[in-house]
Amino acid sequence: MTLETPLLSISGVSKAYGDVVALDNVSLDIRQNEFFALLGPSGCGKTTLLRSIAGFEDPDAGTITILGSESTTPINLLSLPPNKRPVNLMFQSYALFPHMNVRKNIMYGLQREGLSKEEIAQRVDEVLITTGLTDKAAVRPAQLSGGQRQRVALARAIVKRPRLLLLDEPLSALDRKVRAEMQIELKRLQHEVGITFVVVTHDQEEAMSMADRIAVMHEGRVQQIADPVTLYAQPANVFVADFIGSGSLLHGVANQGSFSAYGSTFPCHNPDQIAGDAVLVLRPEEVRITAAAPTDNPLMVGSIIETHFYGGSSSTTVRVAGVDHPIVASHPGAPQYIVGDQVGLSWNPQSAVLLQVQP
Amino acid sequence: MHKIGWLRVPLVATYAFLYIPIAVLVVMSFNASKNPFNWAGFSTKWYSALFDNELIRQGFINTMIVAVGATILATILGTLLAIGVARYFRSAVVEAYSLAPAIIPDLVLAIGLLAFFALIGVTLSLFSVLLAHVVFGMAFVSAVVIARIGQTDSSLEEASRDLGASATTTFFRITLPSLAPGIIAGALLVFTLSLDEFVVAYFTDGPSTPTLPIVIYSMVRFGVTPEINALAALLLLVSFTIVISAQRITRLTDAV
Ligand SMILES: Nc1ncnc2c1ncn2[C@@H]1O[C@H](COP(=O)(O)OP(=O)(O)OP(=O)(O)O)[C@@H](O)[C@H]1O
Ligand SMILES: [Mg+2]
Repeated sequence: MTLETPLLSISGVSKAYGDVVALDNVSLDIRQNEFFALLGPSGCGKTTLLRSIAGFEDPDAGTITILGSESTTPINLLSLPPNKRPVNLMFQSYALFPHMNVRKNIMYGLQREGLSKEEIAQRVDEVLITTGLTDKAAVRPAQLSGGQRQRVALARAIVKRPRLLLLDEPLSALDRKVRAEMQIELKRLQHEVGITFVVVTHDQEEAMSMADRIAVMHEGRVQQIADPVTLYAQPANVFVADFIGSGSLLHGVANQGSFSAYGSTFPCHNPDQIAGDAVLVLRPEEVRITAAAPTDNPLMVGSIIETHFYGGSSSTTVRVAGVDHPIVASHPGAPQYIVGDQVGLSWNPQSAVLLQVQP
Repeated sequence: MHKIGWLRVPLVATYAFLYIPIAVLVVMSFNASKNPFNWAGFSTKWYSALFDNELIRQGFINTMIVAVGATILATILGTLLAIGVARYFRSAVVEAYSLAPAIIPDLVLAIGLLAFFALIGVTLSLFSVLLAHVVFGMAFVSAVVIARIGQTDSSLEEASRDLGASATTTFFRITLPSLAPGIIAGALLVFTLSLDEFVVAYFTDGPSTPTLPIVIYSMVRFGVTPEINALAALLLLVSFTIVISAQRITRLTDAV
């Protein structure tokens, strides 16, 4: 645990549009040089939060501060107009200037800083190389492909060398292949240029694979802030458990150190911390499929309704009588049973997290 | 095929009705004879006569003063109006009001402006015609520019602010250039409209400074002379040139 001051500090920020609460008391810290992802379903307030940081929304309450480049005392961001904030926002629509070619688009931000012609030219050339756009420098945005446009938008933002770069769904418009390339490129840029990134996405795989830490948002509130592994293994609440990764949720009741659902009692990791309505989170890779023979002592018994083979691994879906949704198990290798087989299910209690259902 | 052949008749008839008089007019402007039923050979003498006619020359100068002045003012004001309406009043009613002068009948506009000038005690002159043309010209410019704003990405201005530009720099370097095709098209439209505008000018002009359409009107009351044909042919040339260049400019800047 470092005691380093965070680069950006958001505290108690709220914003409502009429009756719609877009941000509800959001607090979070972004550390220097981290790759931070904001993850959540559509309409949860991700864009509103980024726009508040960049200066295009005025929060109703709360503060946002950033560390200055020289001083160690944080600056109040909210008192600065967008053009004076040491952050840059890459727009979801890219917002490239249609009447300027690629080079002019990238130069625009540097010219506003009043740098010398030589320095501007040198920095633009550098960033053109970094983003692989050198041979497109004289082309207007309308003549570029989606992936190239996105790289121009990125180049235009990073050439400013902001302390903090905000990216609003930077990859959403791209097809799978380009998207994977850009993910790698973004990570490379982060290490090469040493910029702190905040990336909005509603693609959880993207967030999990790229981010150092993730904030999961829902209905304007931050649900949990953690690194991807913690988020997956120890979700803070039912929403996070459901939103992150796949898995089955068993609804039941926790009482005096045991969890019961659908008429049976199941072992789990933390039954005594929870009382009342609860949900047991079963990740597919933690669920073991065994023969239905009573000697194996399965926790549940059901019949297989679906199997999928993905090459290196496979998944098996089992319907258990009395349980409202099927349970999925994944395991390496080919499926060992076929549809219709009766099998037993079991899991290691240490890996099954029990979560309180909020009343 | 038979059916389509029949359908062509009204089409051809319409075009004939539209363009034969224009063609006749252009041809007659080169006729050496004063008699329209008698072709006496090719001549440009009516064009020379035109330039020697003091009344027409003065009318042309007056018209140019009005058209250029009204175009400049209407373009500036109409563009600002469009940006203001698009940015601050996302309401169809306000938008409709800003377009009204382009839609209400010329006669109504003319009478209204005349009454207004009388009320505030403005002496009728070229200046009052110019102001009157600004009124409807502004409406046309703002209509074209509002349509253009609807097609541009609204985050361009935010991106400019984000990259460190002040509000003023953003306006001149991003907002105006991205609306330029609309602004230019609007300006050329106002210029062509003002050039041959009669009704409003007739009502709001002073007696000593007639614009070209008013001069022509007073001349044709005594019959259409070949001189008038020549003048009309020239006006046609100017209008065509402007409309075609407007289209080309819009297409060129749109292609970027
Ligand atoms: N200008 C606005 N006026 C009114 N309501 C707005 C405005 N901007 C956002 N909202 C509302 O605020 C909420 C949060 O919007 P926001 O754009 O931040 O969501 P988001 O998480 O970015 O969603 P998405 O993933 O779809 O982009 C939504 O319910 C949205 O309808
Ligand atoms: Mg969004």
